[in-house]
Amino acid sequence: MTDISSGSVPLTTNEKVQASLGRRRRKQFILQGLGIGAISIAFLMLFILLWSQIATGYKAFMQTNITLEIFIDPEEVPTERLPRGNFDDVLAAALVANLPGVDASDRAALRSASGILSNGAQFDLRDRIVENPALIGQTITMRMPVSDPYDQLYKELLDRETPENLRRLDDAQIANYDHLVEIGAIGSRINTGLITNADSRFPELAGLKGALMGSFWALLTCFLIAFPLGIGAAVYLEEFAPKNKLSDFIEVNINNLAAVPSVVFGLLALSVFIGWFGLPRSVPFVGGLTLALMTMPTIIIATRAALKAVPPSIREAALGVGASRQQVVFGHVVPLAMPGILTGTIIGLAQALGETAPLLLIGMNAFITSAPGTPFDSATALPTQIFIWADSPERGFVSRTSAAILVLLTFLIMMNAIAIYLRSKFERKW
Amino acid sequence: MTTLAFAILLAACMVAYALNRRAATGIRDGGQRLHSVSGYHGLFALLMILVPVLVVILLWLVLQGTVVNTLVMSSLPDGTLDGLGKGQVDLILAEIQSIAGGRIFGEPEPWKIVAADRFTGLLQAASLGLVLVTVLLSLAIMLFARGKVSADFRARQGVEKIISGLMIFCSVVAVFTTVGIVASLAFETVKFLKLVPLTEFLFGTSWEPQIPIRADQVAAEGAFGWLPVIVGTIVITIVAIVIAIPIGLLSAIYLNEFAPKVVRSVCKPILEVLAGVPTVVYGFFAILVVAPAIRSLGAAWGIDVAPNTALAAGGVMGIMLVPFISSFADDALSAVPGSLRDGALALGATRAETVMNVLFPAAIPGIVGGVLLAVSRAIGETMIVVMAAGLMANLTLNPLESVTTVTVQIVTLLIGDTSFDNPKTLAAFALGMMLFIVTLIINIFALRIVRKYREAYD
Repeated sequence: MTDISSGSVPLTTNEKVQASLGRRRRKQFILQGLGIGAISIAFLMLFILLWSQIATGYKAFMQTNITLEIFIDPEEVPTERLPRGNFDDVLAAALVANLPGVDASDRAALRSASGILSNGAQFDLRDRIVENPALIGQTITMRMPVSDPYDQLYKELLDRETPENLRRLDDAQIANYDHLVEIGAIGSRINTGLITNADSRFPELAGLKGALMGSFWALLTCFLIAFPLGIGAAVYLEEFAPKNKLSDFIEVNINNLAAVPSVVFGLLALSVFIGWFGLPRSVPFVGGLTLALMTMPTIIIATRAALKAVPPSIREAALGVGASRQQVVFGHVVPLAMPGILTGTIIGLAQALGETAPLLLIGMNAFITSAPGTPFDSATALPTQIFIWADSPERGFVSRTSAAILVLLTFLIMMNAIAIYLRSKFERKW
Repeated sequence: MTTLAFAILLAACMVAYALNRRAATGIRDGGQRLHSVSGYHGLFALLMILVPVLVVILLWLVLQGTVVNTLVMSSLPDGTLDGLGKGQVDLILAEIQSIAGGRIFGEPEPWKIVAADRFTGLLQAASLGLVLVTVLLSLAIMLFARGKVSADFRARQGVEKIISGLMIFCSVVAVFTTVGIVASLAFETVKFLKLVPLTEFLFGTSWEPQIPIRADQVAAEGAFGWLPVIVGTIVITIVAIVIAIPIGLLSAIYLNEFAPKVVRSVCKPILEVLAGVPTVVYGFFAILVVAPAIRSLGAAWGIDVAPNTALAAGGVMGIMLVPFISSFADDALSAVPGSLRDGALALGATRAETVMNVLFPAAIPGIVGGVLLAVSRAIGETMIVVMAAGLMANLTLNPLESVTTVTVQIVTLLIGDTSFDNPKTLAAFALGMMLFIVTLIINIFALRIVRKYREAYD
């Protein structure tokens, strides 16, 4: 026993295991670390995504305004010529009255100075005077949005240090602006125009009303079509369909439809709804039809899951007291499955709200400056409006795009929250 | 007038319901035993009117425009449309319609004004006809249904038959949609292949769809070889998948095997948020944040990166696919029977060894199915690439350069006013057809793998 040197003792299993434990634990540690790293990357990206939108978008929720005392000169705006009149001259005169440094007779200087006024200001003034012609000859106080470069200047997005020839405002314009700030004519307010205005070429006037209404009509159409069709199909397949080739075929079809790329639905809509049926382009009704076809598989799958969750004892009890199969299904099973069906429907509609590609193909990316009154008026939708603004060259549209994204995300969060609330409130464990 | 037709339909339905219900109640009060309760008699009348009349109204509305247009165009003086292309004929029709709508520009020819009057007249006649048909049909069916009411009439069976017919129709809509997709794509693709031979489309190496619209216009010849487009799609898909697979799989493994319950219940929904963000938002994120970041990183290392590099679009798409892959992997790992895990742990394997050597191999088919579905998603994804990838077809495998994809081409070719008779528009449908076929094959393959695997353990 004693002559065996300790170095050549064959290791027991226990010792081998002990020796390898450190390495094996390290491996486990590394795997865990990689997992945490992966999740962190995903979360980090989500955070950057949201943060970048909030950081660029929050500025669009404020709008820089200029407040001016305006004398409505009867010579420029005669009552009998309404609604025509030189409203822009009236505004320029009111502006110059506040700017001692600008010579009112110098046309070039006047034009350069009045660049601070938004292009929409004269129309606001016109509407106000047409509504109340008695204002002519009086002095009124009006607040109107400043044009985009000055808005950027106020929000410190326009760098004063940039050389003058590269800047969008020259030194004289900035001096005028500073003077106006000094006398308190310039201020910033919550930008209600973002929600109450329709689209415009000028960032300071552009709003989401048209897009919101367009999305509303499209989603309404989508709901009215996809909800009954989806429930009908799901109830039939789950409760009545005989097990045969046809039912299998329909099922495979629905599963495949759920995975067809959205742009293909756009092609379908373009060639069938617009090409063959002759429905008009750019209208929310056609958008809703297309979205309905895409949402239907989601609703069918959710409804079938909800119907499956209703225990067979309910059906057997109802059949036992003499109800017909349809009475069982429509009187008992469907009402009990309703919370699940509604949850699935809302989630499907939320997906439809964010869908862009098919709407682009049917022309819902047109430039339309009025909100649609019916589903048959040309309109944009929220996601296509984001696409249009993201494509616009004006600087002011960058923050508006992010603001529109924030509005869209808010709606999505609200819809999902309603779905989660419904599920937790009405879900029944059998 | 359309609203009036719907109002009449609604009223007819309600009247018929009340009428039949009252008649049935009358019979019951008279001492006879009804086969069906009176509510079913009413419902029977309601459905008998609602279904056919609604179908007639909708068909009428769909067909009315086409019929009126054809009538107006065929009534034009002889010879006006001789030798005109389809586009010019459409233009004349549009002009007539706008005159009829009261928007007159300049001095239209007298025959156009006559045609516009005719157009207005026909439209009025059509909407009047719609209302008349609605009234007559409703009344006829109402009388018919009223005559059916008797003690022996099986109203419930009648109602159930109609409802089950409606439900079958609902289920067949999905089939119609698929048929519609295939038919519309095939129809336009065949037209496209008449202009461009199939071999050129499939094997051509240059894609320049900007062909001249007028004969005298200076523009590219037009080339329709889809190879550079599909190669671009593959490059972006590979970038996306290379990013999505490790992040998705590792997070699924961590959440499934290592994470405490609380962490799992918090992390999973947050990860799902990534899947719920609309793709147009990802697209804007790519051009606002990711592409500039990659460019400045490239500049710091002295690498020249294109402004709309495939890396930006692919990378952002990869982030979008993470929750997709991780939820499939999670399902696959959870579906492995507990006995396998318990067996491995009982033999003394660490958790990591159990996952890597036992659970992961067992879950591979499910994971592969999920990855394939993610690939088909990436190929069909549109908005991210439309906003962040290039427009020019560029036959390259370098992800730093700008490439274009199938979906980008479809959207750019079809945005704006398009007519269905030039190869540019038709090319979009041919690309759509290829996209549909490729994604369909991948989807069927993936679903089959997932299903087969599930059956193996249940």
